[in-house]
Amino acid sequence: MVFCNRLLAATLATLIIALPAQADTLTVRIGYLHWIPDQGPVLSNVIPAPEDSGLRGADLAIADNRTTGKFLGQNYLLEQRISDSQADTVAAFESLQKAGIDLFVVNAPASALTALVNAADEHTLLMNAGAKDDDLRTDECHPNLVHTIPSYSMLTDALGQWLNQRRWQQVFMITGPTDEDQAWAQAFRRSAKRFGLDLVADKPWTFDTDLRRMASKELPVFTQHGDYDAVVVADVHGDFGEYVPFNTWLPRPVVGTQGMSPVAWHRVVESWGAAQLQKRFSDLADRNMNNEDYAAWAAVRSIGTAVTQLGEANPTSIRNFLLGDQFQLAGFKGRKLTYRSWNGQLRQPIPLVHPRGLVAQAPFDGYLHPNSQMDTLGFDEPESTCRISG
Amino acid sequence: MNNRLKRTALAAMIGLSTPALASVAYVSNEKDNTLSIIDTDTHMVLETIEVGQRPRGILLSKDHTKLYICASDDDTVQVLDLATRKIIDTLPSGEDPEQFALHPNNKHLYIANEDDAIVTVVDVDTKDVLAQIDVGIEPEGMAVSPDGKWAVNTSETTSMLHWINTETFEIEKNIVVGQRPRHVEFSKDSKIAWASAEIGGTVHIIDVDKLEQIHQMSFKVPGVNQDRVQPVGIELTSDGKYAFVALGPSNHVAVVDAQSYEVLDYLLVGARVWQLDLDKDEKHLYTTNGVSGDVSVIDVDELKVLKSIKVGRYPWGVVIDPSS
Repeated sequence: MVFCNRLLAATLATLIIALPAQADTLTVRIGYLHWIPDQGPVLSNVIPAPEDSGLRGADLAIADNRTTGKFLGQNYLLEQRISDSQADTVAAFESLQKAGIDLFVVNAPASALTALVNAADEHTLLMNAGAKDDDLRTDECHPNLVHTIPSYSMLTDALGQWLNQRRWQQVFMITGPTDEDQAWAQAFRRSAKRFGLDLVADKPWTFDTDLRRMASKELPVFTQHGDYDAVVVADVHGDFGEYVPFNTWLPRPVVGTQGMSPVAWHRVVESWGAAQLQKRFSDLADRNMNNEDYAAWAAVRSIGTAVTQLGEANPTSIRNFLLGDQFQLAGFKGRKLTYRSWNGQLRQPIPLVHPRGLVAQAPFDGYLHPNSQMDTLGFDEPESTCRISG
Repeated sequence: MNNRLKRTALAAMIGLSTPALASVAYVSNEKDNTLSIIDTDTHMVLETIEVGQRPRGILLSKDHTKLYICASDDDTVQVLDLATRKIIDTLPSGEDPEQFALHPNNKHLYIANEDDAIVTVVDVDTKDVLAQIDVGIEPEGMAVSPDGKWAVNTSETTSMLHWINTETFEIEKNIVVGQRPRHVEFSKDSKIAWASAEIGGTVHIIDVDKLEQIHQMSFKVPGVNQDRVQPVGIELTSDGKYAFVALGPSNHVAVVDAQSYEVLDYLLVGARVWQLDLDKDEKHLYTTNGVSGDVSVIDVDELKVLKSIKVGRYPWGVVIDPSS
């Protein structure tokens, strides 16, 4: 108790002293734009996703940046705007740009991101922390757009490497009807080809039965198809996917968007100091850190790391530094994270998790690459038409 | 007369040799909540004793009678009496103590509190908390210069070395280094400090008089992917000849010429090598290999790995008692 009080007093004292000490503070203002379209009803996933996914990760990174910044005379502010339509998101963006903000973290679908890129000033830097679409990394790149959220193909390549490594190469795939499901499945088909997997069945999910009554009856029949090693589910929002495990015709593991999933981040990641990041996050947000939180955290920390090194917050300087050789982000994934210079994607290991445990982390030994082993995940430079670094 | 003399001498010899036993190394096992005690002559584990939760940093008192243990998940520093091998006391440590360093006065213990972004200074005799100093995020490495003038803390996420004046307990200088600085080691004359940056993959050499970086080293282990080369622990021989740098998941220890900063060799040890310690006559270097759960013993003259010794799960720190 005495110790606690002293701790508090000491913290308060330093806070009070610290404030007037910095005369010429560099204040870095970052805009955070959030628009998640209504996902519609889902049947199988009964646990709702947090509404502030992403935002809280940005909040934590701002706090992290501030702690570093106080030793260097730098302060960080987050201007957050939560919108309920694409038009609203663009309007919020334009008003923040007018107010002088030129660094943005965006958690919104690809269509909104493209609209923002079109509305952006020449120097404004946009960091995508929400849209996983491969097109944004292969064809539709923009010099001032970088991505901290892994693409669909990075996620599915991680899964593909793992399936190949386990020699579970005969795969039965079920794909949902939404655009996101299709994009995920398309990415997985590419991964299957890349890592020598055989799609013995590739079936669309068309049933509209309420699986909470019928799962045990529908799914065994649906998955009746010779032999296979694993079932891959492409159901991004959880409409039916949570019912697939334990209901397959053959006793086989379920992987993909349900069962064991490739992710950017999950509560079960604990190595390489991640336990500290998890704890800082749950103290702040009172929940576990998820993919979008991690992507927003990485975006805001990337800006902070660049500002620490550069001593300035000019968006063009930051952009050039992020895409250059000197940048490195300590991202609690066991390796330094860097940006791909041709398309602005943050390279990162991909954990494979089930809801209560870590199974493995890609890239795996044996998948070689001449430059960075992390570039075995997702579209590599020769497969992308983007050359944003000129 | 003669006989009596002989008998006394014999008794004295037995009396002396019994408590001292063999020369020993202490290893903290982070995921077993234990300490392995290794006989450094036979390279066998003599005893495994239970300590607090998640033991990480360990260090000897200057008189070599006690071992201090950061029991991170118990938010405490435990005091192990080396004669009886019993935990005799605990010290207030602040939350989540990870590494610490003892001032040459044998009284002031500097503890990095990873969760709180604070360095806590505790008087080990009175158990008073003398100061709490705000540092960067995830303070990790702690070192006190042998002349007692500086305490240095590394903050992992802030990527800085914080130089704390040990008279005033105030930060006098912050030096930005590579990403995720883990460990600081001073030369015996307190003139040079070596700091490792795990994610940066670098070791930074700091001139202590000027508080400036004078050199930056990187490593290239043949056949190992560059991003697995992650420097953590550093150990210097007192003759100024070698620096040994543990390179984490590259599973190698770099042998560095401590004068020219040239890498002389890379020695293959166990998986994810983190901390290092030299024995009394500096003939052997011990390394903790977290993932393989063992300790490698390196012959310093030959620069060869002699043996690995199985210890507990995720060995973290290693300390050799030079008086034993």
